[in-house]
Amino acid sequence: MRSSSPTPASAVESAGFNAFGSIGRFATELVAEVGYAGVLFWRSLISLRRLGRSMPLVLEQARRIGIESLPLVIITSTFTGAVTAVQAAYQLKEFVPKLYLGTAIYKSVVIELGPVMTALVVGGRVSASIAAELGTMRVTEQIDAMDAMGVDPVRYLTMPRLVAALVMLPVLTVFADILAIGGGFFISNASLDISPTTFVEGMKVFFAAHDVMGGLMKSFVFGGIIALMGCAAGLRTTGGAVGVGRSATRAVVASCVLILIGDYVLAILLFQIIFPG
Amino acid sequence: MTVALPSKRTDVPVIEVKDLWKSFGDLQVLSGVDLFVRDGETMVVLGPSGCGKSVLLKHVIGLLKPDRGRIIVEGLDITDMQSHELKELRMRYGMVFQGAALFDSMTVGENVGLPLYEHRGVRGNELADMVESKLRMVGLAGVSHKRPSEISGGMKKRVALARAIALDPDIILYDEPTTGLDPIMAEQINELIRSLQREVNATSIVVTHDLHSAKFTGDKIALMHEGRIEFVGTMDELQRSDNAAVRNFVARGRPASFNGLLPKDCDAFE
Repeated sequence: MRSSSPTPASAVESAGFNAFGSIGRFATELVAEVGYAGVLFWRSLISLRRLGRSMPLVLEQARRIGIESLPLVIITSTFTGAVTAVQAAYQLKEFVPKLYLGTAIYKSVVIELGPVMTALVVGGRVSASIAAELGTMRVTEQIDAMDAMGVDPVRYLTMPRLVAALVMLPVLTVFADILAIGGGFFISNASLDISPTTFVEGMKVFFAAHDVMGGLMKSFVFGGIIALMGCAAGLRTTGGAVGVGRSATRAVVASCVLILIGDYVLAILLFQIIFPG
Repeated sequence: MTVALPSKRTDVPVIEVKDLWKSFGDLQVLSGVDLFVRDGETMVVLGPSGCGKSVLLKHVIGLLKPDRGRIIVEGLDITDMQSHELKELRMRYGMVFQGAALFDSMTVGENVGLPLYEHRGVRGNELADMVESKLRMVGLAGVSHKRPSEISGGMKKRVALARAIALDPDIILYDEPTTGLDPIMAEQINELIRSLQREVNATSIVVTHDLHSAKFTGDKIALMHEGRIEFVGTMDELQRSDNAAVRNFVARGRPASFNGLLPKDCDAFE
């Protein structure tokens, strides 16, 4: 009998994989990051009184966050709508009247798929780029240089990104909603044998303005999450190029996790408390 | 040496560092630094890489908070100042960072103009003229439209100098101004620092490990060793000193305890 043979558990552990440990570290790191993002949020609110002077910076960020994300949003939302149509038709089959396909697509798109898909794809793109940019500025002492000349990095860097993301995410979500419903509409016509009038009729039957409003309010919050988590990860960067890479990863992971958690919280808040009807 | 002679302007303390302590995790970087810089004087803080010189400089401008000790600038204790108070004070500082730290999302002109735009509200043609005159002072007229990525390392340092003097500061801090430059370019930067001191008459601290640069730019030299100031005096006094750390640095460019073993880079923590 060989006493030195490792048990499977210790072999896994010695390979550096300790599931509970890594979940714990992930959670503590996330809490620290969210805490710092909260500080940034508060300081951005205070610096809003100098929004006028920062307007060129806000517009530049709006272009980078909003307009440059549009191609990605167009592709993801069109196909999301098309897939929803195919899947819904498959699920409903003969059991549910075809009229309700339009209802199903419109409801799922404006409440859930539009805001969340947009936030996830834009969040991946934007929060990583914010974290990498600010992280590089941190490790090359550009943030210190800004501080040293008495220019507040939060007002100059964080606040414009936050304002731009808060405005542009709902705008992108409107595009996404229209394109996704358009995608569903096209597929319903082209391959699912549902006439345009039936589809539109289905959308009208259970139309509620607060569905659209609720969805857009969610995307507003998601915009804040994306900008703040990108800035928090970027400004907390240490350790050169490797650190910048880690920050970009942290920003994407944190914003995606928070978007999904936030989506659940907002679903309860908006559709059970604010718009219970 | 801290006895003030009221009749001479140069004996007014502008920057006073008292018993400064700072550690990052387990690494003790500053262990009781005392420094006294008089009005209009250029103090060179000399020492090997990673001995805490840059950390000291960042304390003087309030970018880092000490574990213990005080920093007094023009009679004001800045140690516990809030960020909005520090902001006022920082307009009277200029700082040249080790890697120039130019904002690479902006042009050279926008870099130099940012403090003027933000704090003086200078706009349009007036801003362009002021930026151009600052760039001319560092011998770089006509490059304001270029991006930092399009100019050489030596030019970046000069742009950083122009940016540091944009607000006509009373105090200029230089973090390793000649590091990473070829000897000719380093010489030009040294001369530039000297001529700027004559023109703007600011109180300066130059942090460097370059003995030659220290000799050329400094009125006084402070030798830093293992987180403390070992010696303060003129270059002549430095060369005559019988302090072991000083003799070793002058002879070989680094104190004895660092021979063969470079210290952990404390700059990596910030």
